[in-house]
Amino acid sequence: MITLNHYLALSALLFAIGAAGVFLRRNLITLLLSIEIMLNAVNLTFVAAGRQYAAVDGQIIVFFVMTVAAAEAAVGLALIIALFRHRESLNPDAFTSLKW
Amino acid sequence: MGLETVLFYVFGALAIVTSLMVVGQRNPVHSVLLLIASFGALAGLYVLLDAPFTAVTQIIVYAGAIMVLFLFVVMLLNVGREDAAEYDRSHPFNRPLERRAGTALVIALVVELAWAVWHVSVRQEGALRDVAPGSVASVAEIGRVLYRDYAFAFEATSVLILVAMVGAIILARPRPQSH
Repeated sequence: MITLNHYLALSALLFAIGAAGVFLRRNLITLLLSIEIMLNAVNLTFVAAGRQYAAVDGQIIVFFVMTVAAAEAAVGLALIIALFRHRESLNPDAFTSLKW
Repeated sequence: MGLETVLFYVFGALAIVTSLMVVGQRNPVHSVLLLIASFGALAGLYVLLDAPFTAVTQIIVYAGAIMVLFLFVVMLLNVGREDAAEYDRSHPFNRPLERRAGTALVIALVVELAWAVWHVSVRQEGALRDVAPGSVASVAEIGRVLYRDYAFAFEATSVLILVAMVGAIILARPRPQSH
């Protein structure tokens, strides 16, 4: 029998995969994709909790998360295009001029 | 084992495996395509959770629109495979110890999540509650709540999208050759 806990464990796993991707990968595109994985893990939590408590609010938050993800992807990809034009690289280590 | 249980494990395994492959890929085009597969598996889970509207939105908006945007940018930049030598040189695992703060954070997060999952699995909850048909799954109910209770947030989202659109155009615009 599938309980809420199964869904919470699954989304925790997906979130950990996304976080590991952000910390371990050195490619700006993969970094953005890992953020999308984390957003989707949280979405799964919201839908499962909304299902458990018989409320549609969970799905509405997912709707808003999707819009924010779309905005984030558009701005993030525009930043990547601008950065790539400067350095011809997607490695975040190429953009350390502002680093202390 | 009912059909629902089997489908949960199939979709869950598919989501985890494809997400792992997204993080492990060196070719960004493959990463993006695998992430679309992962989103498809999540849409299947949403159907199991009586959320067909969210499942369809996931496919159309996420897998359709956002991922195509990613794919478009990857192909526009024409980056191809990541160079293995540069990957190894710049990888955090090959750095001096004092620069590995991110690795410590990953370990802390994994320990924390494992602890939480273990505690959750020890506590036995009942099965997912049965809801009246048409209460959670109904698109009409979602629309009613969205446009009545969350009307302000909905309108604010449109401003956010507008700002993101203008910002993306300004950021990606070619710089005038002044210097």
